Amino acid sequence: MKVILLPLLMLLLAAPLLAAAPEEFDDPAKQARYDSMLREMRCLVCQNESLAESPAELARDLRREVARMIREDKPDAEIRAFLIERYGDYVLYRPPLRADTLALWLGPFVILLLALIGAAFYLRRRSRGHKETPLDPAERARLKRLLGEDETS
Amino acid sequence: MIRAVLPLLLLLMLAGLLWVGLGLDPGRVPSPLIGKPAPAFELPDLERDGETVTEVDISAEGVALFNVWASWCPPCLDEHPLFMALAAREEVPIVGLNYRDQPEAAREWLARHGNPYRRVAADSDGRTGIDWGVYGVPETYVVDGEGIIRYKHVGPIDETILENEIMPLVRELQAGEAP
Amino acid sequence: MIPELGNLALSLALAVAVVLSLVPLAGSLRGNSAWMTVAHPASMVLLLLLMLAYACLSWAFVTHDFSVLYVANNSHTELPLVYRLTAVWGGHEGSLLLWLVMLGGWTVAVSVFSRALPGVFTARVLAVLGMVCLGFIAFTLFTSNPFERLFPAPAEGTDLNPLLQDPGMVIHPPLLYMGYVGFAVAYALAVAALIGGRLDSAWARWSRPWTTAAWLFLTAGIALGSWWAYYELGWGGWWFWDPVENASFLPWLVGTALIHSLAVTEKRGAFKVWTVLLAISAFALSLLGTFLVRSGVLTSVHAFATDPERGAFLLGFFVLAVGVPLLLYAWRAPRVRSVVSFDLFSRETLMLANNVFLVTAAAAVLLGTLYPLIMDALGQGRISVGPPYFEAVFVPLMLPLLLLVGLGHWVAWKRADAAALARQLWLAFTTAVAFSAILMLWLWGQAGLLVFVGLFMALWIVLSSGLAVFERLRRHGGWRGLRRIPGGFYGMHLAHVGVAVLVVGVTVVSTFETERHVRMMPGDTLEVSGYAFRFDGVREVAGPNFDAIEGVLHVERKGRYVTTLTPQKRYYRVQREPMTQASRHPRPWRDLFTALGEPLGGGAWTLRIHFKPMVHWIWAGAGLMVLGGLLAISDRRYRIRRRSGREGGEPA
Repeated sequence: MKVILLPLLMLLLAAPLLAAAPEEFDDPAKQARYDSMLREMRCLVCQNESLAESPAELARDLRREVARMIREDKPDAEIRAFLIERYGDYVLYRPPLRADTLALWLGPFVILLLALIGAAFYLRRRSRGHKETPLDPAERARLKRLLGEDETS
Repeated sequence: MIRAVLPLLLLLMLAGLLWVGLGLDPGRVPSPLIGKPAPAFELPDLERDGETVTEVDISAEGVALFNVWASWCPPCLDEHPLFMALAAREEVPIVGLNYRDQPEAAREWLARHGNPYRRVAADSDGRTGIDWGVYGVPETYVVDGEGIIRYKHVGPIDETILENEIMPLVRELQAGEAP
Repeated sequence: MIPELGNLALSLALAVAVVLSLVPLAGSLRGNSAWMTVAHPASMVLLLLLMLAYACLSWAFVTHDFSVLYVANNSHTELPLVYRLTAVWGGHEGSLLLWLVMLGGWTVAVSVFSRALPGVFTARVLAVLGMVCLGFIAFTLFTSNPFERLFPAPAEGTDLNPLLQDPGMVIHPPLLYMGYVGFAVAYALAVAALIGGRLDSAWARWSRPWTTAAWLFLTAGIALGSWWAYYELGWGGWWFWDPVENASFLPWLVGTALIHSLAVTEKRGAFKVWTVLLAISAFALSLLGTFLVRSGVLTSVHAFATDPERGAFLLGFFVLAVGVPLLLYAWRAPRVRSVVSFDLFSRETLMLANNVFLVTAAAAVLLGTLYPLIMDALGQGRISVGPPYFEAVFVPLMLPLLLLVGLGHWVAWKRADAAALARQLWLAFTTAVAFSAILMLWLWGQAGLLVFVGLFMALWIVLSSGLAVFERLRRHGGWRGLRRIPGGFYGMHLAHVGVAVLVVGVTVVSTFETERHVRMMPGDTLEVSGYAFRFDGVREVAGPNFDAIEGVLHVERKGRYVTTLTPQKRYYRVQREPMTQASRHPRPWRDLFTALGEPLGGGAWTLRIHFKPMVHWIWAGAGLMVLGGLLAISDRRYRIRRRSGREGGEPA
């Protein structure tokens, strides 16, 4: 099952058709929209490349489509919808915020919050009373013995 | 206690996920078109000059297979005998989409290897391929009599896929359509 | 015969690894010192056998022995000698052999440098390393044997992947593996400490140089990989948040956290349980990375050819290698008592914050990397998680950390005086704020807020570290004190300055770069960021095992000649694969990057022309971090003097 992807990719690379000229825009704003849009779209035939980078034929076709829609002043959402309708959410490098991606988008911040709460509890315990507890003398002696030197810090 | 075993629990969850992951194919991208009407197109007929093929022609005779192929694609040749045999059985019509190909090369290919297709649409610039979400040739679709896409396979089909996945679905759909 | 010798050496190594895993450990538990000392010769023999196996595979490459399947798949008679030698690690099987040699090397290094440690402890550390070796040797022999024969032998090999025929790609994997494998030492030290049940300052002190050493290799490996991607892949990007890149970044983040938490455990005896967990995690993530790259569960540009049997083996090994220490941890950790206390405002607190941000960042990267797999496993369909996601979650987590980098080392252990600190640092802080404010006014509207925040952080870190070094020198009597200050101090500051330099590179290049992808006819001129690129057409050139078409670009700035760039499109004769070879004109302040695309007919070509300001600072920063790490491990404090009498047992 897994082996088929590579030959397919090679095939698409080798498709004997003339290369297309890169899409260029006279309006720098459109050019910027086009560039940033492509960077957030995944090329389906490639292992893991964006539409902006991929040399595959399909990526070229899709670049042409995206460029056409940008020239026609279609809004970003419509261009995205065009690609999702055909290839699914897989084409989006920025996953949409939905019920099933909530854990993805909020996860890091929930983890941060939990870690901060955990750290706060730990710190409260450590600093409570702040009584000076000397190092365990036995441990200290053992450390000295093992390292054969005084601790410098 | 919980704190002591928490790392272990996380590890087991991760391992479970990876174990399931080993059985999945990261190259497989399911099509969002399943259950949707076949995307519209109107393309020149590869074999009959001046005539056109549209998406209506696919399901004109009920359930049909829709196969995306090209003469420059060796895996297409691998699956080709299966389609020839299927066409000979006349169980289900096959419509072809000749993807990003030169018509002469495609016609020559069909002449040499045989033509299992009821009709072949010539999608020379790949525009229709985009509407169908084609991303790796060959691709094979099952389209029912209402023109709804029921199934898609990316890559060459083999005996197992044809007999275990495609044909049972085709027969089931045909049975549903029978008056 | 030579490949069979290699196979034999590997099989013997398996047997020796069994001995190394069991005998010293059993000795340490039963107090049998003769069994314990077996660890030292066993490590040495293990390394020699692994090196012999490696030499045998290299020999097969040098002599074009295509009857060896691995050689036939990765070499060719026209492949230059140097690439034949490096092709040994160009594929899955051979790279495992390299991995093994390195693991053996680290094991012997531990055996040599730890003679001064208690025998019981050393025996356990080496036994744990032996078990790791055992797992990987078994994996190599049973699922990925590089010595497998091909019969009948083909007359010619299929050549090395052209992407790997490049100096950057030659050194990148060994450095990366040295880092991955190096974390095995910190892991083994942690596991040995857990077996003994003592997580003390001594353990932390022994762990520090090993961790730093592994970390600096990993840093260098990641930086080289990024550098290679930049100039070789031809897209002008330097980090793609690809699953495989993330797999190497995860142990780096946790390893960086470990370096800091080890400092606390050594100096103050705090965070013991946490540190041991980080030490296990850093290596666990190295193993996870290995699994992700070699099992095929994720789609990536870099993944090796995969098969499910290998994935299952590696997963089993991963669960054992991480699960058993975590069981030990679950048993020992609740009993570890810590009597240390410190103020809310103290270096301990800031180090804890450092760990919170680094580990959260690692968790975020892990979540993003695995999320598509989670969705797929739950039958929720396939999604992609790419750079936009990682940038959105990673940057906010790093900003507070950067602020801490400039602050942490000023804050005293146990209890710090905030007012005194403010007196020492207000000038550095306000200078950094003022500088970025002026910059912001000057560049108003041309760049986002993040640039100024980034540049502020970088300047703050540099000023803070500079001031710290200056203060320290003053207290140690000026320049004469230079050599009395421990290497660890310089190392830390150098590494922190490296972070600042990297931050400058990242912010400047991602904001002010210009990327053009254009069609050019011979004679056409394109102006990019003040440089005029004139396309003078293409010519053919021939390399040792490739033919190439070379574009000629004449570059001028303000009418004065700058350089002539010659980006190539190579066709490797054997693999018949087109490769883009970028041509660059690098300067400290900017890089001119050009790549040749495809012919459009009539002499026209597509070309990529990029202007990348300060992009090299990214790798320069990483280089400074590596140098900092080197200085830190050269610190005299880590050279444990050899004691006259060897200590007997350690209370368990």
